[in-house]
Amino acid sequence: MAFKNDDDKSAYWRENLSLLAKLLVVWFAVSFGAGILFAEQLNAIQFFGFKLGFWFAQQGAIYVFVALIFVYMAKMNAMDKRYGVDEE
Amino acid sequence: MNVQLLTFIIVGATFALYIAIALWARAGSTNDFYVAGGGVPPVLNGMATAADWMSAASFISMAGLISFMGYDGAVYLMGWTGGYVLLALCLAPYLRKFGKFTVPDFIGDRYYSQTARTVAVFCAIFVCFTYVAGQMRGVGVVFSRFLEVDIVTGVIIGMAIVFFYTVLGGMKGITYTQVAQFCVMVFAYIVPAVFISIMVTGHILPQTGFGATLADGSGVYLLEKLDGLSTELGFNEYTSGTKSTIDVFFITFALMVGTAGLPHVIVRFFTVPKVRDARKSAGYALAFIAIVYTTAPSLAAFARVNMIETINGPENTGTAYTEAPSWITNWERTGLIEFTDKNGDGKMFYSGDERNEMKVDRDIMVLANPEIANLPAWVIALVAAGGVAAALSTSAGLLLVISTSVSHDLLKRNFAPNITDKAELFYARLAAGVAIIIAGYFGINPPGFVAQVVAFAFGLAASSFFPAIIMGIFSKRMNDRGAVWGMLAGIAFTASYIIYFKFVNPAANVPENWLFGISPEGIGTLGMMVNFAVAFIVFKITKEAPEEIQELVESIRFPKGSGEASAH
Repeated sequence: MAFKNDDDKSAYWRENLSLLAKLLVVWFAVSFGAGILFAEQLNAIQFFGFKLGFWFAQQGAIYVFVALIFVYMAKMNAMDKRYGVDEE
Repeated sequence: MNVQLLTFIIVGATFALYIAIALWARAGSTNDFYVAGGGVPPVLNGMATAADWMSAASFISMAGLISFMGYDGAVYLMGWTGGYVLLALCLAPYLRKFGKFTVPDFIGDRYYSQTARTVAVFCAIFVCFTYVAGQMRGVGVVFSRFLEVDIVTGVIIGMAIVFFYTVLGGMKGITYTQVAQFCVMVFAYIVPAVFISIMVTGHILPQTGFGATLADGSGVYLLEKLDGLSTELGFNEYTSGTKSTIDVFFITFALMVGTAGLPHVIVRFFTVPKVRDARKSAGYALAFIAIVYTTAPSLAAFARVNMIETINGPENTGTAYTEAPSWITNWERTGLIEFTDKNGDGKMFYSGDERNEMKVDRDIMVLANPEIANLPAWVIALVAAGGVAAALSTSAGLLLVISTSVSHDLLKRNFAPNITDKAELFYARLAAGVAIIIAGYFGINPPGFVAQVVAFAFGLAASSFFPAIIMGIFSKRMNDRGAVWGMLAGIAFTASYIIYFKFVNPAANVPENWLFGISPEGIGTLGMMVNFAVAFIVFKITKEAPEEIQELVESIRFPKGSGEASAH
């Protein structure tokens, strides 16, 4: 048993799921939201030489994806340590 | 030195490098052969994953495809990158903790069912074979265009190289050659893109040049110019596209989920030492992929403006054929550009309506780039080496999954559980060899349906593997029957929809006939929902997973105690 007790185990999993939910909301918002569903409305906004919706679809979403994974990595590593379930 | 000779030297040098790596990284055990001994550093695994992922099609065709699709090209850009977020957050760390060799391993053990394992093995083999035939073809095409050998010779050379390092080194050989191939590929992609960006907009970074004003001093934004040109010439506005919103949504989703479910990508995360490394290498993999995927749309826009202006001239009235730059006549010889002087004025004209006199192949956008931008001969040679690297790295990854499926999932886990490690390794090598020969055969004699089927491999992966793995991790109580019926229902629904519209009744393949307006490319998303729904219903009326399986699931949910990937 890696966790100190069952409460810790379920708390760890709940925290993990809530982090996942937050990050996936952002994932959905930048790609399917800004890049597809609301692209037309956002295209009315000029962002440098881009229409904003188009920029999200062909550039912005990808940058956010990369950032999301690194945020997840950092948060999870910290959480593993806090609960004493890291691999060190 | 002429281009031909230089290309031979550069491509030859990269081959020598791959072979040297293969000799250095020989596999001594099945653990080496399947998962590179489980000791690949995360950054290197990120590079290997990126090379594994970016195929000949990504390298050669994607920018051109976007160039002709405009906004709609976003389905590929977001679809083929967004899947990594799902992989990193929902799959890779848990599968690494689970610590087996293959995806069918996970499905078979988690659902305590040989049926589930066998369904997964056949899905994996089918997905990989459709994919790999296209890659071998890609090797042949690159060889024939740049080295002027015929396609058959090209495919055979490619097969020989892949054979050498896959059979000898297994995952270990593949991993380190993929690292080298990634470097060759990215360098070959970025160099011409940077030069073209400077030429068109004066920006060094293609990503910022994309949103900048043109370098001709007019003060007009690149995309503004492109939208103007497009509508003037009877195309759709570049930044809006033609597909319906629902279809773009479903295709993007299917590609993302399919990416996360592709076995040759998932196995890469079994090769790192720890769970935290699996998370980290997913991040690096996407960062490396993003270098190419954010450059591609910029390149697409530069190349399109450049091409239209070259063909139609600054006044947009056409350029005299006799004054055409040399790249047009060069590539005319390969059949990638065709000019028919319809109105007999001796001038070329490109448009989206009846005035059009040009046929331009999408692959030209990457292949001819160095010539369009007047770059030195070594850059052309580099692009050739990059194209070959892209095709070889992806084929090797796919072939390894096929050989592992046969020697490990079918043989070791089904028919002959008592064979020794040495015998299993021998069968793995044999299976890899046979798979390469079959793939080479399809590369030389491509069945007409290959190109179409490759795109659907994603839909099939999305509707079969992805839900089964997700439920296996996030629902402790999901049982064998639910997973098996879910996979079968998902894949049957998706495959029949695709087969109906693509092969049985292609004439009916128009938006009016599509279910909810979803094209066969995007139907995998719906197939995934069918899988989840069927699995849930079957689960509700059958017994939940046994206690020891629920404990197994709980144990993969945190990193501590992850060992090396193992067979037991």
